[in-house]
Amino acid sequence: MNSLVQRFSTSSSTPLAALHKAAKVVTEEDDDFSDAAWGSEAGFGNIAKGVPSFAVPAVADPTAFLRLHTDDHADPSCRIKIQHGTTTLAFRFKGGVIVAVDSRATAGSYIASGTVKKVIEINPYLLGTMAGGAADCQYWETYLGMHCRLHELRNKERISVSAASKFLSNLVYSYKGMGLSMGTMICGWDKTGPSIFYVDSDGTRLKGDLFSVGSGSTFAYGVLDQGYHWDLTDEEAQELGRRSIYAAGHRDAFSGNTVNLYHVKEHGWEFIGNYDVNKLHYDGPGNVAGSPGHGYGYDIRVEGLSSANPPVAAAA
Amino acid sequence: METSFAITGKGYVIVAADTTAARSIVKMKIDEDKIKVLGPHLLMAYSGEPGDTVQFAEYVERNIRLYQIRNTYSLRPSAAASWVRRSLAESLRSRHPYSVNLLLGGYDTSSHDPHLYWIDYLGTISEVPFAAHGYGSYFALSLLDRYHNPEASLEEGLETLKRCIDEVSKRLVVSPGKYKVKVVDKDGVREVEI
Repeated sequence: MNSLVQRFSTSSSTPLAALHKAAKVVTEEDDDFSDAAWGSEAGFGNIAKGVPSFAVPAVADPTAFLRLHTDDHADPSCRIKIQHGTTTLAFRFKGGVIVAVDSRATAGSYIASGTVKKVIEINPYLLGTMAGGAADCQYWETYLGMHCRLHELRNKERISVSAASKFLSNLVYSYKGMGLSMGTMICGWDKTGPSIFYVDSDGTRLKGDLFSVGSGSTFAYGVLDQGYHWDLTDEEAQELGRRSIYAAGHRDAFSGNTVNLYHVKEHGWEFIGNYDVNKLHYDGPGNVAGSPGHGYGYDIRVEGLSSANPPVAAAA
Repeated sequence: METSFAITGKGYVIVAADTTAARSIVKMKIDEDKIKVLGPHLLMAYSGEPGDTVQFAEYVERNIRLYQIRNTYSLRPSAAASWVRRSLAESLRSRHPYSVNLLLGGYDTSSHDPHLYWIDYLGTISEVPFAAHGYGSYFALSLLDRYHNPEASLEEGLETLKRCIDEVSKRLVVSPGKYKVKVVDKDGVREVEI
């Protein structure tokens, strides 16, 4: 782990030491760098005593050991269950990037939480989504945030979405086969404009305009693909993101509870809102941009309509 | 993987099924008709275990025909669906149960309304406004929640079916190539091109 961290830092010093060193240098030398740019330590403020590292189980084959205790495909009764069910989506359009996710965490058939934040705010210009192992996504995307900050300090320039996603993909690839489980989209706005990269724990990294990840992704795709085009207005795009996550929350047992919606624009991301899936079903999103003015639910949408086709004489 | 859809609309049911017959990774046939015409106003799309499907579909077809010959009128869609379901439910507890999933669409000429029944190999039955079997259902059901209209004209209904087929072609890795589409309405059963 330590050697891995060092591989991704510039010198032989640890990232945290580098952070302190760089912070000192920049505050001394660069006064015109806005104070607002100095963020927190990305949640790593409490580990100043050392660099995070893993303790590997003290057995002959740690990979096999982990698989024995966590792989719930082969053995549904195993002790450690990892959060799997999720729906997340992100798409690019002329007005930026829309990111929408559900908020349900499941462990097997148990709903562990309905208020999970599956969008990880890496920095004001970068968002990451969470699917697969919740801890893996949260930890490594926060860690990614730390390195994005270091990149800024070293180069006096924000990291590109491409570079940030490649850092993450190289990182998870180095752990391939050791049980990491992540399916994430790194979204943001950089010099090149809005962009989205899909990164997963197999080491796959894909650039694209539209992705959906998780057990509910097929249901989200069904609505998303049909409503998507590049020239969507901001309101239409936000509505499409919201409606697609609702579709998955409705059809997929492992997704639901609420929808979290983000919009990435030129000046960084903006949190649009949190919407209850049941409320969306019966009442719709309420008084917001792009709202259809009624519930999303099929029965609500078609209330009063009938397929019966009596001949005119019989009807009279 | 086999996929079938069915959609009700104003006075009709559209039933669509892919036309591939596959064994392992090989496509054995690309123009197989998997929708049986069970009567003047009744259609049945079938999918599932190779062998079981055709055997069961023909068994149903012959028995529905026998009822018609004996009584000089045919079963209404709801009665036919109940009979088919019961046949599957009895088969399920036999030594060799039929593994067949069905979509039964019919037009009731007495009450002038279309009926669609989703039936699976376990003997589950559900009357629904739209239905799908196979991997395609994972994409089509959310789409139909959004786009299905019970009062759609036949043209609009076929348009919605096209959306389903296009979506499955776009996203499903093992997507079927061609579909056979049949419609049942007050005038009876006919095949349509899409």
